Amino acid sequence: MAARIEVRGLDLAFPLYHGHARSLKKRMIASVAGRMGANGRMGEDSRHRVVVQALRDVNFSLTSGERLGLVGGNGAGKTTLLRSLAGIYEPVAGQVRIEGTINALLDASLGMHPELTGRENIRLRGLMQGLGGAAIARLEEDVREFTELGDFLELPLRTYSYGMMVRLGFGMATAIRPQVLLMDEWLLAGDASFMEKALARIGDLVRSAEILVLSTHAVEIVRAWCTRLIWLDQGRVRADGGVGEVLDAYLGHKPPPAPG
Amino acid sequence: MNAITPPDPQPALPDPAVPAPGGRNPFGSGTVVLELAPSPLVRERMALALADLRGGWVFRRLAIAFAWVDIKLRYRGSVLGPFWLTLSTALMVAAMGAIYATLFHMTLRTYLPFLTLSLVLWNFLSTLVTEACTCFTVAESTIRATRLPLVVHALRVVLRNLLVLAHNVVVIVAVYIVFQIWPGRVALLVLPGLALWAVDALAVTMLLGALCARFRDIPPIVGSLMQMAFFVTPIIWKPELVGPARLWLLPFNPFYTLLEVVRGPLLGEAPSAAVWSSAVLASAALVLLGFWLFARTRARIAFWV
Repeated sequence: MAARIEVRGLDLAFPLYHGHARSLKKRMIASVAGRMGANGRMGEDSRHRVVVQALRDVNFSLTSGERLGLVGGNGAGKTTLLRSLAGIYEPVAGQVRIEGTINALLDASLGMHPELTGRENIRLRGLMQGLGGAAIARLEEDVREFTELGDFLELPLRTYSYGMMVRLGFGMATAIRPQVLLMDEWLLAGDASFMEKALARIGDLVRSAEILVLSTHAVEIVRAWCTRLIWLDQGRVRADGGVGEVLDAYLGHKPPPAPG
Repeated sequence: MNAITPPDPQPALPDPAVPAPGGRNPFGSGTVVLELAPSPLVRERMALALADLRGGWVFRRLAIAFAWVDIKLRYRGSVLGPFWLTLSTALMVAAMGAIYATLFHMTLRTYLPFLTLSLVLWNFLSTLVTEACTCFTVAESTIRATRLPLVVHALRVVLRNLLVLAHNVVVIVAVYIVFQIWPGRVALLVLPGLALWAVDALAVTMLLGALCARFRDIPPIVGSLMQMAFFVTPIIWKPELVGPARLWLLPFNPFYTLLEVVRGPLLGEAPSAAVWSSAVLASAALVLLGFWLFARTRARIAFWV
């Protein structure tokens, strides 16, 4: 079956129940606070709960072969959109339909535990992906080969250097080849010596996926990889089209924000 | 950043190294279509909640692995490992047994087996309930990073506590051997009791997990309720102590009847019909309430944790 993504009228709002103690809420409030008033992104819903409107009336569809880039400032809703495509956040209104196997690379340290050995971490990650015994063995082999960690895989992660940890996390995340690849920009951050090898591996992964959705600030990557671009601004689609035109509009609008 | 190679416009599909398993979404029901939309209909919500529960079976090996990891990490580097659980239970039972047997004027041979069973079972119950409250909130980063059936996080808590219980069973067996007690064939009645416990354990974990994700005040409330239940339930005191006139009141305490359907048979007494019906009624209420709440909140939990 050919992969396909269909998003219609997607609305997503975060309720703020737990006051100020939660870091996510703090971050969102901080990123939204500056713009409150003007666009009313933070407001009250019909039951007088404080909500942050993270996505508003997002519409697009992707077919096999399309590589979509998501650009926009911090807090524009890029990661939230990726999460709802991954089925983590279910829509408050509207509809998301994904046909095809999905791999979402959203969190570098997904399921990584410092006290477990590299190999145990790989196994847990495989189980999280719903892999069977044989596929987990292949995953381990693939990661061992790519990371060149050798016997370190038998040691707990806390004995690893930062670079080794990054290699393992990256190796595990990119070993599974889905039809629909959802990727957050953390994947593209790493030390220079590792980057070349990493980029080659991501290139492979991207080529083998039928649909790519990538959230990033890096203009070079967007130009090299994407065939289509959506510019998100405060939860809305501000522009949707070819890479050239949307990128020009986005970059002309304001200087590219600092990464991170 | 110049090393970026542009992907081919028309992707060839090479043999994947590790292919994502087909039918992973939603949770391996044999389809690769993930369709998400708000479901205002109760029937739809129930179907989605059931799909989540079935996903627990698909991901059972993950839940088991999580539970083992939790136990292993808790006792990492210690000599006795999880058998610290066994040792501390043994010490507690010995100390309490000596004191309360004197206070209640009972021989150790009649009191200690009762106390050991009660304490081990109650510890399971109260730890389970306490940890149930945080089953979704502690899994926050996993929940927000990948789509998994939520029931996996509840199963993790239930299985972890079953592993702890298994370590404590050693103490029960030891006490039985020391006092040469054999409950007889009536002990087989423990099996339906345990089946009831298994269902209840999952139901209470899902119920409290969802409730506590939304209302952060619930865990302390649950904590004090469990402490109260410990004293008003015949755990360290034998049920007969309330006196024959008030014995009929006991089955109204679901903690007592649920405890009794497992404890009774192991002490050689078949639970009465009143005890059984109270336990089954309480369980039915728990399961219905748990499922209803989970069906209602399933799609929102990722926003709450």
